Amino acid sequence: MIDTIFHMALVLAMPPLLLGVIGKTKAAFAGRVGAPFLQPYYDMGRLMQKGIVLSDSTTWIFRAGPVVTLAATLFASLLVPLGRHAAPISFEGDMILFAYLFALGRFFTTTAALDTASSFEGMGAAREVTFSCLAEPTLFFALITLTRLSGTMSLTPMLQHVTLSVWLATGAALILLLAGLFVVVLAENCRIPFDDPNTHLELTMIHEVMVLDHSGPYFCCILYGAALKLYLLGALFVNIALPFSSGNGYLDWGIFACGMLGLAVAIGVVESVMARLRLIRVPQLLVAALILTAFSLVLVVR
Amino acid sequence: MTPSMVFTQNGGTLSLREIPQHAPDRFAQALLSALSGGWRVVSYFGVQAEDGVRLYCLLSFKSHATIGVMSTLVTGKSFYSLTDEAPQLHLFEREIAEQFSLDPEGHPWPKPVRFAPALGSLPGSAPHRPPTIGIMDFYRVEGDEVHEVAVGPVHAGIIEPGHFRFQCFGEEVMHLEVSLGYQHRGVERMMQGRPGERMRKLAETMAGDTTIGHGTAYAMIVEALASTAPPARAQAVRGIALELERLANHTGDLGAISGDVGYLPTASFCGRIRGDFLNMTAGICGSRFGRDLVVPGGVAFDLSADGARQLADRIRTARDEVTNAIDLLWDTPSVLARLEGTGVVSEQTALELGLVGPAARASGLNRDIRRDHPFGIYSMSQIPVETGKSGDVYARTMVRWLEMEKSLDFIEEQLAQLPGGATRRAVGEVSAECLAVALTEGWRGEVCHVALTDARGAFSRYKVTDPSFHNWSGLAMALRGGQISDFPLCNKSFNLSYCGVDL
Repeated sequence: MIDTIFHMALVLAMPPLLLGVIGKTKAAFAGRVGAPFLQPYYDMGRLMQKGIVLSDSTTWIFRAGPVVTLAATLFASLLVPLGRHAAPISFEGDMILFAYLFALGRFFTTTAALDTASSFEGMGAAREVTFSCLAEPTLFFALITLTRLSGTMSLTPMLQHVTLSVWLATGAALILLLAGLFVVVLAENCRIPFDDPNTHLELTMIHEVMVLDHSGPYFCCILYGAALKLYLLGALFVNIALPFSSGNGYLDWGIFACGMLGLAVAIGVVESVMARLRLIRVPQLLVAALILTAFSLVLVVR
Repeated sequence: MTPSMVFTQNGGTLSLREIPQHAPDRFAQALLSALSGGWRVVSYFGVQAEDGVRLYCLLSFKSHATIGVMSTLVTGKSFYSLTDEAPQLHLFEREIAEQFSLDPEGHPWPKPVRFAPALGSLPGSAPHRPPTIGIMDFYRVEGDEVHEVAVGPVHAGIIEPGHFRFQCFGEEVMHLEVSLGYQHRGVERMMQGRPGERMRKLAETMAGDTTIGHGTAYAMIVEALASTAPPARAQAVRGIALELERLANHTGDLGAISGDVGYLPTASFCGRIRGDFLNMTAGICGSRFGRDLVVPGGVAFDLSADGARQLADRIRTARDEVTNAIDLLWDTPSVLARLEGTGVVSEQTALELGLVGPAARASGLNRDIRRDHPFGIYSMSQIPVETGKSGDVYARTMVRWLEMEKSLDFIEEQLAQLPGGATRRAVGEVSAECLAVALTEGWRGEVCHVALTDARGAFSRYKVTDPSFHNWSGLAMALRGGQISDFPLCNKSFNLSYCGVDL
């Protein structure tokens, strides 16, 4: 019970902090002070107090988009174990539900974007769908590799199976898998080198352009949902990358939280030291990630 | 048979009577043969005359530092369009057509450049009514999978208004049409009358980021008409200010380019260093943009020995800092991968469109007013011209950086050998019935001012050609066959002025 409370508290409260840490890291590289760590929370608070502007030409789909996406992501958050603690909900095959809850959210985000009939948002939706088609197999290859290692199709036992001894036995496969997964974390969350979350240029954006017409609390739902998605995919990564268990439950929560902050710093570093890819090069990097995870499966199966 | 044109040089004057006036067909012939002989149009405009509309064309021949002038009188409802043979004329002809309610006969794409009332018309006929703002036909590509993307005139960033219409096939741009005119202020109309303080201020704001470039061109016009030569010290200060303006804007552009590709370190550093260069200009005259520094007859502010030493120190520091910031770009493969091969303008296209400034030099055209038509300090002190080959965003970035290095050298050299003496000389009376021409190399490229005076010594027509006027079609061509997602980056690499075109 206490673990479930911790789980919910972390999942609900911590995601925007990752964005704050990424922002601070980038500011440090650029020689600036940067916005406070808690800035994303202030932004969301401000958005919640604002009104909503709705275009006459949109339908209920436009309004459903942010809500369904956030609901799907919140549900997915119940399926991912955080650190060495079991997820609140766990059953055989939940990894497939986990992957397709994100797909459901994406479906509603893109349909809401098309619903506005704006040429920018249409382009963004087309890009989002194209790129996620390529990111999805990578995620599945990674999950199948883990299934093969652990013999289960449920996220909690699967991720908790990865311990130091498993790392020593199949380290090469896990490194390939982590590399592929890191690319998926960046691509699915619209980070550089795939997308630039800070740009205001409609013609180059992928994810941000689809939500241009949303405002106020709806936009807050979108921002929070995006932070949560980053948190969940990041948790998947950290679970595999940090296979330590101290034996003390509270210490494990601390290790996990630090792992997440470390991941945020790593993302910030990547965003600082490299430029965005040209849009036509994005599929190439995604295919490269797919090949990495495919190799890791080959290594495990052989 | 009259010679096809009369010659003058940068900062020179001609009596209006000397300028040959051809019949329209001979004018068209002479213009075309000059263009095929290596001349380049720097300005082409109409003037209201008693018996019709007089068209003046000014051409530049770089190897002899010569400017040729010819004219014709249009009395019928139309004039010959030469755009098919000489694409560099296309915007000039559209402008003449709308300013004087004429019909450009044979122009492939006659549409408004701005939405302003006409400047004049043929005697006896009323000027056309200006078109409704923003309402016009755009070039369309038909097809099931072709989609149209309209951007602006209101943009997401804090930039000037302009409309861009893309014809896309998926992510590929088949055609881009740039439609400006939303910033029209009526500058050319306001520049008619006696030259004075008000006109100088107006000239400085023709394109706010080219204050020194336009301000110097205006001062040169007045000085040419009054036969006044500014003292050597003033020329040196003008040169330093012009190069500081170039440094500030190029630094800002390089920062904006790296910001656009999502590379933050250079973007942040350049943003600050641009401010340092602006502050150096402020150190000379109190205005970060150099307002009120250049006045006809010289400069309004002197550079003290102490000030010159301080400026040299600040230049040295800034050189180190900006070199470090820009070197990061060349050392980051992902940045280079993004810049190389994006938005290519071939040398042939650049030549046909008559591009100027860094954009032209990046495509391999070796043209720079500071060397080809030297003015002021540049006739004493040479500044090397940098060119690129590939004509892509990378080349435009690289050319900017190379120019900055040369500008830094130039400023240090000038500060070390500032001539003594006065900084300002009294300006006499402006001569009547003359044409004066002044070209300067602003940071964007060639700034051209042409003034015609009437019998009382007032401007009867003042024609300004900002470098952006030549270069916008270069941006449109850079996108052809490119990716629509590359547009913001290409746009930054040109960084053209909207108000400089709209005037």
